[in-house]
Amino acid sequence: MTGQRKITEITVTWFCWLSGLLLLAALVILVGYLIRRGGPVLGLSLLFGDTPPLDALLLRKHVFDGLYPALAGTLLLVIGAMVLAIPLGIASGIYMAEYAGGRTKAVFSLLFDILAGIPSIVVGLAGLSITIFLHRIFGERIMPCLLISCLALAYLVLPYLIRTTQVALESIDPVIRKTAPALGASRLQNIGHVLLPHSLPAIIGGIILATGRCAEDTAVIMLTGAVASAGIPRSLLDQYEALPFYIYYISAQYTSPDELATGFGAALLLLLLCSALLVLALVLQRRLTIFLLYR
Amino acid sequence: MTPGRESAGIMGDRVVFWEHLFRSAAVICGLLTLAIFCFLCVLGLPLLQDGHLLSLLSSPWAPARGLYGIFPMLLASILLALLSLALGFPVSLGCSLLITALAPRRLRMLLIGMIRLMAGIPTVVYSFAALFLLVPLMRTLIGRGSGLSLLTAAPVLALLIVPTMVIFFVAGFEKVNRAHLLALDALGGSRVQKIIHILLPGARPVLINGTLLGFGRAMGDTMVSLMLAGNSTAVPSSLADSARTLPAHIALVMASDFDSLEFTSIFACGLLLYLVTGLLMLLMRLPGRSPDNES
Repeated sequence: MTGQRKITEITVTWFCWLSGLLLLAALVILVGYLIRRGGPVLGLSLLFGDTPPLDALLLRKHVFDGLYPALAGTLLLVIGAMVLAIPLGIASGIYMAEYAGGRTKAVFSLLFDILAGIPSIVVGLAGLSITIFLHRIFGERIMPCLLISCLALAYLVLPYLIRTTQVALESIDPVIRKTAPALGASRLQNIGHVLLPHSLPAIIGGIILATGRCAEDTAVIMLTGAVASAGIPRSLLDQYEALPFYIYYISAQYTSPDELATGFGAALLLLLLCSALLVLALVLQRRLTIFLLYR
Repeated sequence: MTPGRESAGIMGDRVVFWEHLFRSAAVICGLLTLAIFCFLCVLGLPLLQDGHLLSLLSSPWAPARGLYGIFPMLLASILLALLSLALGFPVSLGCSLLITALAPRRLRMLLIGMIRLMAGIPTVVYSFAALFLLVPLMRTLIGRGSGLSLLTAAPVLALLIVPTMVIFFVAGFEKVNRAHLLALDALGGSRVQKIIHILLPGARPVLINGTLLGFGRAMGDTMVSLMLAGNSTAVPSSLADSARTLPAHIALVMASDFDSLEFTSIFACGLLLYLVTGLLMLLMRLPGRSPDNES
C-alpha cells in the first residue's frame, strides 16, 4: 500500500516537473533560434535598407529593401483598428458591468463569448464579404484596403475590450463602489467620477493587449488587403504592407538568403514588439488572466 | 432606481442619454456577432440552396470535376485539433498543477510570467521558426515528402494552445474550495494527495471547459496549419500526410473569381467554423460547468 502510494507520488511529481520543463525548453529553443538567426540583421538597415532613414520617414523616398513600409503599415492598422474599437468596446463593457442584468446580461455574455471565439480567418472572411458588397454597390473603386482591414481588426479585438472593461468595473471593491451613491451621486456620476478612474489601469492594460493582438494577426489582413509590396499607403482605400503578412510571404516565397535573413529580422521584430506590449500591460495590470484566454 | 433618474430636467436627460449610449454600444456589438453569421449565410447561399449541404460535407475537393466538397478539410481540421489536444492537454495539466501545487513561490511567479509571454507570441512567428527548425527534422523522421504534414503542425499548434489552457486551468484550481485544502493540510496530506484527491476532482468542469476552449482555438487557427501542414487537398490517409485545414482552405481559395462556386465554398467553411465556435460556447455553458459550483 505505502509502496504504491510512493510510486504515485513520484510519478505525479515527475510528470508535472517534466511538463513545465518541456514548455520552458520549447520557449527557449524557439526564442533562442529566432535571436540567433534574426539578431545579427537587427538594425537601421533592416528597416530602411539603403535609403537614408530621414528621407524614408518624411516619405521623400520609397524604401524598397527594408521593413519600414511593413512596420508603418502595421502601425497604421493598429491605430485605425483601436480608434474604431476602443469607444465601442468600453461603452459596451460599461453597459455589461453597470446596467445589464439577468437574462439580458446572459444573452449578451454568450454573444460576446462567441464573438471572442470566432476564428480570425472567419473575421477576415466577413471583412472580405463586406468588401464584395461594397464593390457591388460602389463599383471598381472599392477593393480590399486599409480601411476594411481596420474594421475587421477592430471587430476582432472588440470582445477583449468589452471583457476587460467589464471585469475591471465588476472587480472594484464594494466599499468604493457604494461610497459616492451614499453621498447622493447618480449612477452616471459614480461611473464617471469614481468607477472609471479607479479601473483605468486595468482598462488601459486591456487596450494594450488588444493592440498586441491587432499587431500580430495575419489571417484577417491576408484576406482584407495586405500585400507583399505596396509602399506606405497614401489613403485609407489603398492596399498596404504589414509585418506579420511579410513574415508569412517570405516563408513561402523567399528567393535568396538575404530575403530569408530579413524574414528572420521581421519575425524577431514582431516578437519584440508583442512582448514589449505584453510586459507593458503586465506592469499596468496584474490580474489579466481572463483576457489572455480570449486570443 | 438611481437618484439621477428621478430628478427631472437637464440632469435627468443627460443620465438617460448616456444610459442609451452604453446600451446601444452593447446592442451594436451583439448584432455584429449575428451579422457575421448572416453575411456568411447569404454569400454561401448558392451552395446551400441546391441541397448540396450533405454532399458539400462528404465529397472531395475537385474543382476540375465540379466537386467543391470540403470533407478533406473538415477531416484534417478535426484530426489536427485532436492531435494537438492529445499533445497539449497532458503538458497543460502538468504545468498548471506545477504552478498551483508543487512549485515554490518564486518559481511559480516565473512560470506564470513565462506562460503569459507564450500566450502573447504571434502565431506567425511560431510557425516561421518551426518551418526552419521542425520541418527538416520531420522530413528526416517521416522519410518521404517535404516534411510538411499533420504531424509537423500538431506540436506547434499544441504549443499555441497550451498557454490558453494553463491559464484557464490555474484560474480554475484557484477556485477549488479552500476549506478542503486546509483540511487536507491539517490531516498531514502531501502535495500529491492534494492534487489527486482535491484539485483534480474539484476542478473537473474547469478541465473539460479548458479543453473545449483549446479545441476551439486549435480548430480555428490559420497560420500554423497553413504554413506547416502542407495544404494538400487530398483526404489524409495517415498523420504523416500533407493536409489542408478549413482555415487554411479559406486563406488559399481567396485568389479566385468572386462569383465562382469554388469561391462560394469558402463561405461554407467559414460558416462551419462559426457554428463550431457557437456550439463549443454553448457546451461550456451546460449546467454544472460553472467553476463556482464546487463549494
